[in-house]
Amino acid sequence: MDDATQVGTAQVGTAQVGTAQVGTATKASGQGVARSRSLFDREILAQALAGSVRKLDPRVQVRNPVMFVVLVGTIVTFVEAIAHPSTFSWSITIWLFLTVVFANFAEAMAEGRGKAQADTLRRMRSEAEARRLRADRTEERVAAAELARGDLVVCEAGDLVPSDGEIVEGIASVDESAITGESAPVIRESGGDRSAVTGGTKVLSDRIVVRITAERGKTFLDRMISLVEGANRQKTPNEIALTILLAALTIVFLPVVVTLQPFGRFSGASVSVVVLVALLVCLIPTTIGALLSAIGIAGMDRLVQRNVLAMSGRAVEAAGDVQTLLLDKTGTITLGNRMAAAFLPTAGHTEEELADAAQLASLADETPEGRSIVVLAKQRFELRERELAPDHEFVPFSANTRMSGLDIGGRSVRKGAAESVRRWAVEQGGTVPEGLDEAVGQVARAGSTPLVVADGPTILGVIELKDVVKQGIKEKFAEMRQMGIRTVMITGDNPLTAAAIAEEAGVDDYLAEATPETKMELIKAEQEGGKLVAMTGDGTNDAPALAQADVGVAMNTGTTAAKEAGNMVDLDSNPTKLIDVVEIGKQLLITRGSLTTFSIANDVAKYFAIIPALFVATYPQLDTLNVMKLHSPQSAVLSAVIFNALVIIALIPLALRGVKFRATGSAAILRRNVLVYGVGGIVTPFVFIKLIDLVLTALHAY
Amino acid sequence: MGFLWTIVTLVVALGLTWRYLGSYMAAVFDGRVHFLGAVERPLYRALGTSPDREQTWRRYATSVVVFSGVSFALTYLLLRIQGSLPLDPQHLGAVGPALSFNTAASFLTNTNWQNYGGETTMSYFSQIGALMVQQFVSPAVGIVAAIALVRGFARKESTTIGNFWVDLVRCLFYVLLPIAFLAGLVFVGQGAVQTLAGTVSIHDAMNGVTQTIARGPIGFMEAIKQLGTNGGGFLNANSATPFENPTALTNWLSIYLMLAIPFSLTYTFGKLVGSVRQGRALLAAMVLVFGVWVGFTSYSEHQGNPAVAAAGIVHQSTGNMVGKEVRFGDTSSALFAVASTQTSTGSADASYDSFTPMGGFGLLTGMMLGEVTPGGSGTGLYTMLIYAIVAVFIGGLMIGRTPEYLGKKIQAKEVKLAGLGSLVMPLLVLVLTAVAVSVHAGRIGPLNSGPHGFTEILYALTSQGNNNGSAFGGLSGNTPFYNVVGAIDMLIGRFGIMIPALALGGSLAAKNVVPESLGTFRTDNTMFVGLVIGVIVIIGGLTFFPAISLGPIVEQLSHGKFF
Amino acid sequence: MLTNLRRSVVMAAISLVVFGFLYALAGTGVAQLLFPHQANGSITAYGSTLIGQNWSSPRWFHGRPDDTGPYASNPKKGIAGGDNPLFANGVAGESGATNLGPRSKVLLADTKALVSYWHRHGVDPTEDLVTTSGSGYDPDITPLDAVVQIPMVAKATGISPSALRHLVAAETHGAELGFLGSSYVDVLQLNEALAHLERAGR
Repeated sequence: MDDATQVGTAQVGTAQVGTAQVGTATKASGQGVARSRSLFDREILAQALAGSVRKLDPRVQVRNPVMFVVLVGTIVTFVEAIAHPSTFSWSITIWLFLTVVFANFAEAMAEGRGKAQADTLRRMRSEAEARRLRADRTEERVAAAELARGDLVVCEAGDLVPSDGEIVEGIASVDESAITGESAPVIRESGGDRSAVTGGTKVLSDRIVVRITAERGKTFLDRMISLVEGANRQKTPNEIALTILLAALTIVFLPVVVTLQPFGRFSGASVSVVVLVALLVCLIPTTIGALLSAIGIAGMDRLVQRNVLAMSGRAVEAAGDVQTLLLDKTGTITLGNRMAAAFLPTAGHTEEELADAAQLASLADETPEGRSIVVLAKQRFELRERELAPDHEFVPFSANTRMSGLDIGGRSVRKGAAESVRRWAVEQGGTVPEGLDEAVGQVARAGSTPLVVADGPTILGVIELKDVVKQGIKEKFAEMRQMGIRTVMITGDNPLTAAAIAEEAGVDDYLAEATPETKMELIKAEQEGGKLVAMTGDGTNDAPALAQADVGVAMNTGTTAAKEAGNMVDLDSNPTKLIDVVEIGKQLLITRGSLTTFSIANDVAKYFAIIPALFVATYPQLDTLNVMKLHSPQSAVLSAVIFNALVIIALIPLALRGVKFRATGSAAILRRNVLVYGVGGIVTPFVFIKLIDLVLTALHAY
Repeated sequence: MGFLWTIVTLVVALGLTWRYLGSYMAAVFDGRVHFLGAVERPLYRALGTSPDREQTWRRYATSVVVFSGVSFALTYLLLRIQGSLPLDPQHLGAVGPALSFNTAASFLTNTNWQNYGGETTMSYFSQIGALMVQQFVSPAVGIVAAIALVRGFARKESTTIGNFWVDLVRCLFYVLLPIAFLAGLVFVGQGAVQTLAGTVSIHDAMNGVTQTIARGPIGFMEAIKQLGTNGGGFLNANSATPFENPTALTNWLSIYLMLAIPFSLTYTFGKLVGSVRQGRALLAAMVLVFGVWVGFTSYSEHQGNPAVAAAGIVHQSTGNMVGKEVRFGDTSSALFAVASTQTSTGSADASYDSFTPMGGFGLLTGMMLGEVTPGGSGTGLYTMLIYAIVAVFIGGLMIGRTPEYLGKKIQAKEVKLAGLGSLVMPLLVLVLTAVAVSVHAGRIGPLNSGPHGFTEILYALTSQGNNNGSAFGGLSGNTPFYNVVGAIDMLIGRFGIMIPALALGGSLAAKNVVPESLGTFRTDNTMFVGLVIGVIVIIGGLTFFPAISLGPIVEQLSHGKFF
Repeated sequence: MLTNLRRSVVMAAISLVVFGFLYALAGTGVAQLLFPHQANGSITAYGSTLIGQNWSSPRWFHGRPDDTGPYASNPKKGIAGGDNPLFANGVAGESGATNLGPRSKVLLADTKALVSYWHRHGVDPTEDLVTTSGSGYDPDITPLDAVVQIPMVAKATGISPSALRHLVAAETHGAELGFLGSSYVDVLQLNEALAHLERAGR
């Protein structure tokens, strides 16, 4: 990543400090969009309470078949309670109604967090004003909202960028914290992959001319608002499939309950409608039905918390399915830059001699590689950066010479590509020392880059420039492998270098000398084989591959084309976060599956509460089934209904936070979740229904 | 001890059968078995098809439905004109329309529910030409439907799932016919009757009694009756009669034959999808449930009969012998009954109506689990796969991936079809039972009163809805009401699951295969076996618990009460 | 659709011929050739060894009290024959069980009547002797079922109980292959042997 702020003339010497923290990009606390809020933020709670009443609208309810049945059931018991009033029928009616309200509350809670964020963003949008350039290059002031695609606007230090666009003139440092939460400014300039600016960000220095690239009302900011708000949230494929299953379970329990009336009558029992409705509501999967959409919204929200914007829930789900991760070497697997790792002097020269010359040749080299040579020399031999005599002259790197250095007092020091420096030294009248080729070859085979240093005609040795693999990344890849995800490193390096780094980083495979075309081919080949592929990218030439990948995470620093091609944007522009995205996707599905299991498992206990209560008058012997020894038939039914309603509230935090995810093999995850939510789902209601029954009895309710 | 050895020998025999019949069937349906090529080829020519002309699932399903329709019409017709057909030594005359309708539906759907007494209703022509023919054809249709679904798993991005006619011919000639013929010889050798001569009258000079004994071509029908999980016997009392099931050895053979194909198909499944372990997992789920049911049903029957105990015979060392034959005994009868009810066979070597409450509970709930442990010929496997898909879906979500089974993604369409396939039976059974207990024509059916009467009705509609065909015989089923309701029950119970299963096959076949990785939800380990059992027991349990509690559970809990 | 219809008709016709008639006729042919005795019903001079009959006289060992036999508790009026398969289950000509449930009052009353029948004949009955079978004409009883009847038969025939015990032992078939089902006594064969013993004794 050539992001200037990240490079930040990296504290080379203390590289180890800067590395760490791979994949735990939760640094965004209290910044930007992802203003982290506590789960039960007061403001959100208030909004959610209002929302839970507003959502009682049958037109809203009908979209959720499970809860719609509960609403209809409530109406039925309400009518019954009016026709035949009793404490029991009113209690049941109230608790059924609360069940619906609780479900609405869960959804409103999940939406509330997004809404609060959207409001902040909206405020930002409304303030902007633009300085549009007329055809004659004179300026006019217009509202940002009036800008059309293709307009040219001028932004100077202190201006807000009015809309998304591309810099056509100039260079500026831009504060993007409003979008990304990252306070350090970034450099944006015309041409290349760093020309995109986002509406709502602030120009800190210089002057740029921007060509607007977004349609009116379709800026990145607008999209962000609608995304965090969940305005046009569509059900994801797995959510649809699950909804079908839940609907089927609801449909099948209808006849189960309705037929109890004739069955009972045949057996000489009269069954009250209120109890039947209570049984129905207890049996249909209300727990997961109530929390399903909250889980989905919360999943998107968790991504936003980590500064990733998913363009659709489908993408988040797909992330959970990813089997192949394409990771750019630079910035993801290795620190952005190569660093000097060793000095290998040729025969007859000391290491210190070599280090001294290398440092001298690099003094003016402001590239990270150059800085790292200076630092390494300092570390190894206490060689200080020195004041140079005024007659020195820097020789910058050029594509032709492929070396750089310094001329000082008749002395010429050069460092650069082996071939070039060798040729230069020979030209100066020197010879190629024995063992040089060997050293160069050895360094290259190790995956590092050899730089040869010459002091005039004398070749002193080789500097090993090493790609530094990020700390902790190997373990991360091991986890991925545990989860069944194959990691593929993408690099422009030659196969030899790539293989060495791949080995060191512990990736499963690598694509060397990658071009956008070979990258695309790789994605297609993986997809052909049935795998889902995720990748990150930022350049315009990444766009086709981003579009082709099942999960394409564009870096926010990237070009507009890249951002439009991908289905996620990482505001932090941290490609390592791809791994987080995968985990969040999995967590989303796990939460749904686990709560579904829990919901269904709950039914066992509810049967044991309600069935004896239903028929014990006709068949007293059925009291044997009352294993919880509930106080009376009425308290039993009511306890089950109350449990059924309260469990929704109790599980809201879990739905919003998501079930704990550990990066282990599928078998371990499954075992844990079956145990906790399956077995737990069977046991829990027995305990709590009994407790509720005890409370009801203690209150002398029955 | 005898019972233990019965179990051990069955396990060994079925284990070998699973391995070898399973792989043989895989070879048959892969078109790698040709020894009857000389018969096969002219048949394909007559049918106007050939093995390389494959069908989409829609065409496959259409062929199934049309062929079943024609079979239904033919069976109905033959029964209605029985009086004008030959091979009717007792001059039994035509079968009535409602009964013919019910019987045609019954044999077509592999149910073999019998609202008639065989020896007093059906001529030899009808037994052979109408009923036994369906005993070959209907299991074959079930098996090929299962194979078609399995092909959906095995294939990749394919539009077709096989050729129904070719599969049918292969199944009939290579699988059912040879095994049935060999088994028929054993039945006859042991004492089952096989003659076209009519009844025989014998005067017993010692006893002063004249007996008129019904006979017929029974032994060979017996073989296909059990092998094809049909269950419809020649005689009214089915496998309890010595002419159908003369010895404990034929009883063992009957149990073996019922279980052979349904269990072996799991091997065939594994073989066809390229991993026998996958088949073994399904087998394990089937065997575990089956074993538990055998255990408590046998135990219950061994406890003796409460009415007999109340009449003074408290210690019943041979167990509950009401409605059981001495040569089989209590536990083997219970084993036979569990095999019969969990394979959709429905044959009976004892009176299930007279089982103890918990024994009857075992049989009834065995069917309510959806006939998947191991279930009927083919129907067991495809219904099992439907349950497995539900298990995969819920379990797969729990590991955080779009659920996939054998590399096929289980998405909205599959969930819809699996949901339909797994819920149609409980829905059907509950609704029809509710109808039956609500109308007069239904309420007068049961022989017994109290909860047992309710169980008789529930059992009848459960049995027909699951295409089992066994009965709590006390119910008077030969009434227009039960004939018609039962026929509806059987037809929907058959095609309401088979067509979704074929559609699933089509939908799965079209999908690409997701390669297996460590993150894949495993469907060949203990955990999955547990999940599948969980889904089967939970779906069955949750849907039927209320109904069951009004039947056998109340009966069981009614100590010292008689109704 | 039409193609399917044509194929269905062809297939149904083939099935009728091959799996109906060819299979049944070939089976009958082979059976009559290899096992003529069994295939025709295991008929002896006095009946079929596979079909139980009503032995109501105390001179003979009784089989199970199937259905409507005279010593059953609820003899159906106008129906004679007891264990006669043609008159089992109260319906002429059909095999079948009583199908009474385990908590049936009728079953309780029937069983009580059967218990007192045996007590009248000086027999302490086993459960098999007071319960009806599945087929309605179970041809077998257990050795114990036979042994408990010895006092009755001995009294009626004058044959010594020990001779009868030997007779029962001789007529006892072990479990098939030593473990399948239970050991049993075929009532017809036992009574044939009993008649033989009487003739020989005379």
